[in-house]
Amino acid sequence: MDFDPVLLARLQFAFTIIFHIIFPSFTIGLSAYLATLGCLWLRSGNDRYQHIMRFWTKIFAVSFAMGVVSGIVLSYQLGTNWSRFSVVTGNVLGPLLGYEVLAAFFLEATFLGILLFGFNRVPPWLYVLSAAVVAVGTAISAFWILSANSWMQTPTGHELRGGIAYPADWLTIIFNPSFPYRFAHMLNAAYLTTGFVVLAVGARYLLAGRHIEEARTMLRMAIGLTAILAPLQLLLGDQHGLNTLKHQPIKVAAMEAHWDGSKPGDFHIFAWPDEEAGVNRFAISIPRGSSLVLTHHMNGLFPGLNSVPPSDRPPVKVVFFAFRIMLAVGFFMIAAALFGAYLWWRGTLFETRWYLQVMAHSWWIGFVAVISGWVVTESGRQPWIVHGILRTADATSPVPSASIVGTLALFVIAYGIVFWFGIYYINRLIAHGPQKIAAETGRFSPSPISAAQDAGREALRH
Amino acid sequence: MEWYLPLIWAAIIGTAVVMYVIMDGFDLGIGILFPSAHNESERDQMTRSIAPYWDGNETWLVLGGAGLFVAFPRAYAVIMPALYLPVIVMLVALVFRGVAFEFRHVSYSKTGWNVAFTVGSTVATVAQGVILGGLVQGVAVRDGAFSGGPFDWATPFAFLCGASLVAGYALLGATWLTMKTEGAVAERARGQAKMLLVVVLVFMALVSLWTPLTQPRIAERWFSLPNFFFLWPVPLVTALIAYYAWRWIEAGREVPPFLATIALFLLGFLGLVISNFPYLVPPSLTVWDTAATPASQIFMLLGTLLLLPIVLGYIGFVYWLFRGKVREGESYH
Repeated sequence: MDFDPVLLARLQFAFTIIFHIIFPSFTIGLSAYLATLGCLWLRSGNDRYQHIMRFWTKIFAVSFAMGVVSGIVLSYQLGTNWSRFSVVTGNVLGPLLGYEVLAAFFLEATFLGILLFGFNRVPPWLYVLSAAVVAVGTAISAFWILSANSWMQTPTGHELRGGIAYPADWLTIIFNPSFPYRFAHMLNAAYLTTGFVVLAVGARYLLAGRHIEEARTMLRMAIGLTAILAPLQLLLGDQHGLNTLKHQPIKVAAMEAHWDGSKPGDFHIFAWPDEEAGVNRFAISIPRGSSLVLTHHMNGLFPGLNSVPPSDRPPVKVVFFAFRIMLAVGFFMIAAALFGAYLWWRGTLFETRWYLQVMAHSWWIGFVAVISGWVVTESGRQPWIVHGILRTADATSPVPSASIVGTLALFVIAYGIVFWFGIYYINRLIAHGPQKIAAETGRFSPSPISAAQDAGREALRH
Repeated sequence: MEWYLPLIWAAIIGTAVVMYVIMDGFDLGIGILFPSAHNESERDQMTRSIAPYWDGNETWLVLGGAGLFVAFPRAYAVIMPALYLPVIVMLVALVFRGVAFEFRHVSYSKTGWNVAFTVGSTVATVAQGVILGGLVQGVAVRDGAFSGGPFDWATPFAFLCGASLVAGYALLGATWLTMKTEGAVAERARGQAKMLLVVVLVFMALVSLWTPLTQPRIAERWFSLPNFFFLWPVPLVTALIAYYAWRWIEAGREVPPFLATIALFLLGFLGLVISNFPYLVPPSLTVWDTAATPASQIFMLLGTLLLLPIVLGYIGFVYWLFRGKVREGESYH
């Protein structure tokens, strides 16, 4: 077969990692939401919080399972598809991934067992603590994997000998220049993504006139969260962009489709970057918009794509359009969250049906923003796999194209089946809604808290 | 230090592999035994006996893969391309059996996910055996990179290892069910354990004879003097444990057969280590050839010494929390 094996390896990895990121970006936020609900339940003794928590726990279980199984794949794909990359970066990136497994994966996976199956066996405080531990575990996991990814974008703290990276200073490696920005931006994105899913589900129940009390709580909590985090994300993204301009200016040039660095940059609302000719076609632009954002100056200059040979440029169209999709979703989120907060303040949030309609259908927008954001940063790093150290084309495994095509097809079929069933089941769990499960646990007492306490004491005593 | 570090890391990764094989072994074994259950209630009982643990159990596989990448990046970079197809087939099979766990509990019709659970578990097990066999029979290496073809691993020996592992995991699963369930499921598992013990011993004997007969370096390791004097107890102890395992199953004991099966796995692993040490990628790359730079191994070792005891502690806590037989009708989620 005469497909380019590098392109195939990239396609396969892009497919498996895009599939994977959907689930962590939801479960990082959802586990924190579960822990918050649990704390509210313990503090107030109000069973509504517990019903909502146990409802979302079911959805969490399905999503987390899909995240785990698609994540295991990635830990092996670095070797199967990118063995040369593994050799060059193993000394530096290996420990970061190792710490992720030891500090985070075991924590999440083990306490998940208590969260899913322990309600009748442990006292409420331990049940809620397990949710909190899972939430912390997912955040620690994000810390290490984003540190590793950021090092690939802005490698520091290492030295090169014979083309192989050796660690020189671990703190400089872990806290490399782009890491704090990427970590904050991604963690916030995960919380926002979950916030909009919770918002959508609450809106859906209110519209249907079901689970009214639970739905109102979900809406208040989701709008309270997103009204703060969505504008914050704009600020974090801006700072992240300025950091990228400093360390990976050509990525920024591709994001803005900015060709000529000797002139100030316009912000293109739309354009068709012609990579052959090195110009933009059909551009609708805000004059000097990019210069203003990136340099805080109308006449500010920043490097253009023409400053490097075509072989050193990322695929401009991909980066440019993915960035625009992310921005559009981001501004929609800010508007939706702030408008929701305004309705809440006016006291008409639960009656404004058109707003609830729109939000009920917007559960997916966070995922689109996360995926397009990752496409921007990963495609924008090309042609490098590790910026300035190793080119993607030099990082592949000695594996024939036919093997990659075959396994890519296998992944597409397998993930396709799993994904659609997963969505279908999650949707059905949502349609089913929170259940008042007092009867199940309250055999000895009318209150689930005391019943769970009894069961917990009993379990811990033996 | 540069001499000891790779050995310490080989021991840590060996531990991760053993933990994985035992802990996910009984999970996968239950998937392999799934079709023998008579109804959904029995199948629920079987999955409930492993439901709180399976996710943590599978994490050892990630530790094995990541550990290899951390400590021996050059071995990782040879093994994965060499065993590309079986590794990816294993991963996809694990995807199906992992989601089948959750999906069969929320699905109205469980049949499809029951099949996915069984097929996923069985295929993943065969693939793991093939990976092991493919490694033991040797990998073509030139200039530190894999230099063979995509189907080099596909030999009768590799598939023999795959079949052996299916029997081995099924035995772990059967003795686990004997220990953790009651009623018809436990009773059937006891009968299966007896049969599987015999099958496992036959496979162990086949693999133990096949390797020295085809691999001169392994024959020399075992049968040259003075090695032979030190090594003859290994098969003897194996036979002894197998004998007691049989007696314990016959006597209707609940916990000892599971522990004896674990001991058989440990002995099999010991045999593997004796046969192949110090090679990580037989027959050319040793633990020292493929080790990461000492600075990386030390940095990760510090973290491992700190975190692994904590990890083992809370894993132990969860196993303790969910101790005892699976109660009938115990709620899922």
